Amino acid sequence: MSNSLAIETQDLGRIYKLRGSRKETRKELVALEGVNLKVERGELFGLLGPNGAGKTTLIKILTTLLSPTSGWARVAGADVHAEPESVRPRINMVSGGESSGYGLLTVRENLWMFSQFYGVPSKEANERIEALLAMVGMKDRMHTKSSDLSTGLRQKMNIVRGFLTEPDVLFLDEPTLGLDVGAMRDVRRFILDWLKADKERTLLLTTHYMMEADELCDRVAIINKGKVLACDTPTALKQRLQKDALFEIQVSPLNGLTQQMLVDQPEVTKATLTETETGANLSLSLVEEAALARIINLFTQKEIQVMNLRKREPTLEDVFIDLVGRSMAEEEKSGSSE
Amino acid sequence: MQPTISWRSFRMAAWLGWLIESNWTDPFLFAVYSIVKPISGAAILVVMYSIISGGNFDNAMFPYIYLGNAFYIYVGAVMTGVSWAVVDDREHYKTLKYMYIAPIHIPLYLLGRGVARFVTGSIAVFITLAAGILFLNVKINFAEVDWLLFFVTLILGVVMLALLGLLLAGVTLTVARHEGFIGEATAGALYIFSGAIFPLDVLPEWLRPIGYFMPTTYWLELLRRSLIGNVAEIFPTLAGFSNLEILGVLFGLSVLFGAVSIWVFRYCDAIARERGLIDRTTNY
Ligand SMILES: Nc1ncnc2c1ncn2[C@@H]1O[C@H](COP(=O)(O)OP(=O)(O)OP(=O)(O)O)[C@@H](O)[C@H]1O
Ligand SMILES: [Mg+2]
Repeated sequence: MSNSLAIETQDLGRIYKLRGSRKETRKELVALEGVNLKVERGELFGLLGPNGAGKTTLIKILTTLLSPTSGWARVAGADVHAEPESVRPRINMVSGGESSGYGLLTVRENLWMFSQFYGVPSKEANERIEALLAMVGMKDRMHTKSSDLSTGLRQKMNIVRGFLTEPDVLFLDEPTLGLDVGAMRDVRRFILDWLKADKERTLLLTTHYMMEADELCDRVAIINKGKVLACDTPTALKQRLQKDALFEIQVSPLNGLTQQMLVDQPEVTKATLTETETGANLSLSLVEEAALARIINLFTQKEIQVMNLRKREPTLEDVFIDLVGRSMAEEEKSGSSE
Repeated sequence: MQPTISWRSFRMAAWLGWLIESNWTDPFLFAVYSIVKPISGAAILVVMYSIISGGNFDNAMFPYIYLGNAFYIYVGAVMTGVSWAVVDDREHYKTLKYMYIAPIHIPLYLLGRGVARFVTGSIAVFITLAAGILFLNVKINFAEVDWLLFFVTLILGVVMLALLGLLLAGVTLTVARHEGFIGEATAGALYIFSGAIFPLDVLPEWLRPIGYFMPTTYWLELLRRSLIGNVAEIFPTLAGFSNLEILGVLFGLSVLFGAVSIWVFRYCDAIARERGLIDRTTNY
């Protein structure tokens, strides 16, 4: 690679033409729009967004599986649409949440075959297979037919397949989707170890787990409805909200206090209120920490007791809410009812 | 197209295809299946023939039909074998997208996947022929067989069928549903238009040109002539042509169909990438 960019996109867009089942009612769906990204070599870059945000579409374009409808993208120094043959030897991709692979081949045979398609010498391939399977705790399953593996183990095998060819740029589409907590942790540790072993390796992963993006990624792009809304380190993204002070407060019954009354306070920028059996939970975002005193005052007037109060650091979830106006879960619900 | 990439695509695909094709937990079952299936296919034909002809197996029509049917096994095996790999990888194993992003040559990968079907098809053809000669009075005078013509024709035909398979694979890539039928339907249609079990002259006049345009017509005719020359030549379809002339036509049509196949595959491949069909799976 001549320059230091592993991935670069310029005004990248993708429109799907949808065909009505009966009539030829052509509808268009904008899956990606004006995406500009620059990912440095050696970065672990995350795409965070709800269902239907366009994450998979972007990965498909970057891995030469899908043509963009506007703009361009370069991966490992070559244009994905014009020179896919130059891109392919240097990349690999794994989609989580699906069980792919030739069920009648053993784990070793499946992996060995893919390594051969990439021209890895057979002996070296076998060594890598053993080492990688050991890293994900599957070495004893090497000679198991992959159809006999559990879904989680099959996904791990698939993940090993991605790493096996030592790509310059590796794409992981929701790598931990559907895994149990232990396997999730294994996979995350494995990703970090693999990147640490060679500083030139670049990894782009998509996720809709906030924590995953926050803990793993060097930088995160938040994507919704095909658009990149923000792109920065998790810390920097959260710092945007730092001017706000976030509080979680547990109180006794509200005695007529409403969410609107809270929002109407000049120092409150955001308030959510959920009633519980014993009272209510409030989540407040205040212009400054000192404003808390006035809120407590309000409670006292209404004879509401504060049972628990906690200052909270902002998460990427807060960043998403700040950018989109609602939580990722709400965004997914509204998307599916459209 | 780098030779090492092409070769490893083809070689590894053949290896994979063979493991899939020979995936019989019980080798005995595998043997029974590969013998019983072709023989029962031939048996149906023989029963039909004997009813129509009143049991006259000495008629020259009988070996004509029998050989045509036997070699037609290759059409189903090789042509559909190549195109079926697309359905298999995309729908069943969900690996097609991983093959696509690998540094391999996809057409050669698909052709490689057909090799195993060629091998099992060859076994089926051999068994069918042996059964015909041993039990059904299909007379082949081995002293008079034109072996050179036979093998040249066989190899040329198999390559032609594999390339036709590539054409179907391309169409399969772009079709949204029931893509599994494409291979079967094409093989079925070609059966009628290739003079496999009756001369083209039996067809209505306006349908015959289809048969004359199909390389499989000339291929089957030459195979028959190479094995039972004196008998096959009396059939009207291509009676006016010499072996060499037919070989020339077969070669020309194979090159033409091969070129069209490669072009169609490339075109469909581009469409599949444009529409995002390479990893599409139908939810049955
Ligand atoms: N082949 C296709 N044809 C038509 N529309 C498609 C196609 N693939 C995706 N879409 C649509 O494009 C939008 C983006 O989909 P995409 O799969 O990229 O989202 P995603 O962020 O990966 O979501 P998820 O978290 O559910 O995987 C969605 O509205 C989806 O329905
Ligand atoms: Mg997705």
